[in-house]
Amino acid sequence: MKSIVNDTCDGIGSGVLLAYRAFASLPTAPRILKRVVEQAYLGSYTSLPIVVILSFFIGAVLALQTGITMADVSMQQMIGTVVGESMTRELGPMMVAIILAGRVGSAITAELASMKVYQEVDALITMNIPPERFLVLPRLIAVLFFMPMLTLVGIVVGWIGGAVVCKYVQIIDLSPELYFRSLRQFLSVSDLTHGLVKGQIFGFVIILTACNTGLRTTGGPREIGAAVTRSVVLSLILILVLDFFITKVLA
Amino acid sequence: MKTTTHHVTRGSERPPVAVEVKGLSKTYGTQRVLTDINLAVKPGEIFAIMGPSGSGKSVLLRQIAGLDLPTAGTARIDGQDPADPDTRDRFALALVFQAGALFNSLTVYDNLALYLLEHRLHSRPEIRDRVMRVLKILSLEGAVHKYPSELSGGMKKRVAIARALVMEPQLILFDEPTSELDPVMSATIAEIIAALRQHIVITTIVVTHDRDLALTIADRVAILMKGKLVCVTTPAELRTLPNPAVQDFLTPKIDLQNPRYKQLEVSS
Repeated sequence: MKSIVNDTCDGIGSGVLLAYRAFASLPTAPRILKRVVEQAYLGSYTSLPIVVILSFFIGAVLALQTGITMADVSMQQMIGTVVGESMTRELGPMMVAIILAGRVGSAITAELASMKVYQEVDALITMNIPPERFLVLPRLIAVLFFMPMLTLVGIVVGWIGGAVVCKYVQIIDLSPELYFRSLRQFLSVSDLTHGLVKGQIFGFVIILTACNTGLRTTGGPREIGAAVTRSVVLSLILILVLDFFITKVLA
Repeated sequence: MKTTTHHVTRGSERPPVAVEVKGLSKTYGTQRVLTDINLAVKPGEIFAIMGPSGSGKSVLLRQIAGLDLPTAGTARIDGQDPADPDTRDRFALALVFQAGALFNSLTVYDNLALYLLEHRLHSRPEIRDRVMRVLKILSLEGAVHKYPSELSGGMKKRVAIARALVMEPQLILFDEPTSELDPVMSATIAEIIAALRQHIVITTIVVTHDRDLALTIADRVAILMKGKLVCVTTPAELRTLPNPAVQDFLTPKIDLQNPRYKQLEVSS
């Protein structure tokens, strides 16, 4: 138990230090612009198809589940509100974060862990190129740019998924006009801000966790695989824990 | 393979540096890897650190490069702490890693240009000239657009040396430069290291268990055994040193009658 507490504190401490060291080299950011763009492309554009597919079906399933129940009590017109609120405040940012952790976070950990194990990180240090500036900062800046966009896409596609189900599932039979009217009726800008802020925090934490886990890897090739697993699991736990606290604070 | 003999010109003629290790010990957990190491490398010298596998040579090199902190004692480059980024900046310390440690996501050209680009030391055309010149010296012009995964072991080593040379270092450290190479490529690497000193004034520390390499190129040799420094001497004196352990290491004997090999016998 004592070692788990030690490891947790050690991990959090090194993560905070890593972020501090990375942002301390922010004045040299123009030098890493190309790498920021590259990382933003890798993180966003390549994740977009899977975000669209998953968000669409999450919205669709949500509309179907609530729709069947609501149809029993003739409350179909409220489906838009339920799907809209759920996707915007909770499921949109959460799904995008899970995709980011599984797809981008794992790739980052594998790359950095491999660089650490094969002494590429040591080579950077001897060249006096801080790994925090060269490897971590571009990824952290990139996620701050692309995560709100990815979250917004996830939310909107989720709404559309709900609308498609409402129109084409006979038992629900709700027109898109009524669906979106009910969605607009209760959804406010603050709900959207809530979702985007959540997504932003999730994204930052996932990328920081991925970089930190990768750069703390020691040993041989076997540890690279273990580091990837550790990074994804830790990211998912952190997302769920943070979700509770962010919701509490923003509420 | 012969390397062409061009001069690597230095932007500013900086003197080579001295390296001093005083009372250095290193412990990992409960395992003591280095014990009370004391040695001094003179400016411009080629200094070889030899010893059998697991004797702590590479660990000692990491302390000198400032990649690891010693448990006790100090390693200094011209009196400065090598772990301090300012020291690395001042002396442009270069380390050629055993496996090359080339950046796999970058081409050979980008691997070499990285240091100069990151530190904004020259304009892009100057960087290109400098990189191409070093690649020519090491007969690597044909590999300029290749990725490390497309290179042979010997080429990787030469690219790693080239990457160190573009830094115009005052101190260059080699970690097992001839490991995993055939005798011809090992001789080429030895030739490159020796030629470096002919053309540029540089302090060189080579960690190796390759006796031929160390005895051919080094001005002085240190023998490390089980984490302890056994001797520091010249290659000529080393061959006549009255130390059985050192002589055993230098001229290993094959003993097929060793009882431990009896277990290998298979009943037919």
